[in-house]
Amino acid sequence: MTKIFNGGLVAIDRVSFNVEEGEIFGFLGPNGAGKTTTVKILSTLLRPTSGMAKVCGYDVVKQPDKVRRSIGIVFQEPALDDRLTGRENLDFHARMYGMNRRQRERRIKEVLELVGLTDRADDLVKNYSGGMKRRLELARGLMHSPKVLFLDEPTLGLDAQSRRAIWDYVLRMNREEGVTIFLTTHYLEEAEFLAKKVAIIDKGKIIALDTPSGLKDLMGRDVITLSCTKPQVLVEALKGEGWVKDVKLFDSSHLSIYVERGEGKVPKVVKLAEELGVEVASISLRKPTLEDVFIHLTGKAPRDEEGGKVGWWPPWRRRA
Amino acid sequence: MTLQAVYVLWLREVKRLVRARSRLIANLIQPLLILAILGFGLSYAKLPGLRLSYLDFLAPGMVIVAVALSSMTSGVSVIWDRQFGFLKEVLVAPVSRLSIVVGKALGGSTVATLQGLAILAVSVLLGVQINILGLLPGLTFILLTSIFAVGLGLIIASKVNDFEGFGLIMNLLVFPLILLSTAFFPLESAPNWMKGVIYLDPLTYAVDGLRGAIVGGSAMPLTLDLTILSGLCALTMLLGAYLFGKCEI
Repeated sequence: MTKIFNGGLVAIDRVSFNVEEGEIFGFLGPNGAGKTTTVKILSTLLRPTSGMAKVCGYDVVKQPDKVRRSIGIVFQEPALDDRLTGRENLDFHARMYGMNRRQRERRIKEVLELVGLTDRADDLVKNYSGGMKRRLELARGLMHSPKVLFLDEPTLGLDAQSRRAIWDYVLRMNREEGVTIFLTTHYLEEAEFLAKKVAIIDKGKIIALDTPSGLKDLMGRDVITLSCTKPQVLVEALKGEGWVKDVKLFDSSHLSIYVERGEGKVPKVVKLAEELGVEVASISLRKPTLEDVFIHLTGKAPRDEEGGKVGWWPPWRRRA
Repeated sequence: MTLQAVYVLWLREVKRLVRARSRLIANLIQPLLILAILGFGLSYAKLPGLRLSYLDFLAPGMVIVAVALSSMTSGVSVIWDRQFGFLKEVLVAPVSRLSIVVGKALGGSTVATLQGLAILAVSVLLGVQINILGLLPGLTFILLTSIFAVGLGLIIASKVNDFEGFGLIMNLLVFPLILLSTAFFPLESAPNWMKGVIYLDPLTYAVDGLRGAIVGGSAMPLTLDLTILSGLCALTMLLGAYLFGKCEI
């Protein structure tokens, strides 16, 4: 499907994918890549400009009501009524989805327990912390036992501890309720930790789609990272070497060198640098992570922010 | 339309409005201050077309002002819902847009009507003579006014996306509507050119109708007031529902 906004902005461009029942599907990309637009189309809030999408077998344009009944959503920005209590927010949701009193009471109890908010259920939401609000939203997304749960950047703006907690809840939901989860994120470790399958989207296009380990195999290479003086000189020289698969320069002083069996290549790199009169400040060897795959595919240059530590975080990650 | 959804939207609206107690009281104090100060301060006023004491004349007007302001605020609160994200939760539910608008309108007008009745009760305490038999038709006018104003609020909300724009609308649109509604002076005492504008003001028919029903002395026949106000009511609600249905987030 494709979505072009008024004014000609192409938010997503011929995006096509398939999510299996019961899996956690990660939709990974930087801000502005088209993740939220995709979620809005799949949840019937926006219409695609062209193409089609089916959720649980229902067409999002022709059968929006059936789609809405089968899905739950946790939006990127909070969507709670903070003048109601946690329980009232859940009750509101349950009634909007036509649940009767017995179902409502049983389900509210279950989902509150699932996210550990039973004690605070009767407090006004405006007195909740950011992490508690997110947990309440997760609980609400599950209230009406949807078949598919959309989580749009579920841990954006949360501290590390709350983030871990949310991850645990997400895995638990998937395991205990069997709900299919469609997760968008720009945190690579989040996709790696949670998702069974990952699509990488950049500038409205899907550029890779596989399991996290499949994506890493795709590279099949180790990464030597080094920081040095005169990196440009070193890059030119490395490009001429047969054993170097790829070199990426980022910042003004950091290089990623993609090689096979990196253990044996580190001394070669150092030797080459010495010959060229390039001073190596630090060097490290790593097996590829999803992060490297991402950088490799999108060509986004991560930057080093904290001097000595090699900055593996792409710019859009460091905000939170 | 889903009744349970209408009910829960109504419930939410009422809960929110009742919990914002300070605003609830502020909404009452303003019209009551005007009623007491102007009502007594102008008690010797002689105006063409003023067949009642000024206090009696002013009371229905202040009831309508309170009802209209409170209902409009509730219609406009869609802006707040959008700003704070809650609107998405509502729009993504398997519920028709019409149910959402009806639930919201009923919630807003419930609270507004209670506020209007509170003003009416206080004005009786201040010495306003009201016709008991006129209470039922009076209540009809109050309800219609509140539904009209919620609809107007929804229309404004679909066109205005921020708080600043909302303030501007309140000053440029709502304030003149209130001043021109014959709440403060009789239709007969206005110059002819102004009468034309007064006839265009929807609140004129609300004020005139309620006045005719509870204290007497309306400028137009009640059936005319009722017909025009009902028509306007239907118009703003339909337009409000239509615009709300189209709103994207």
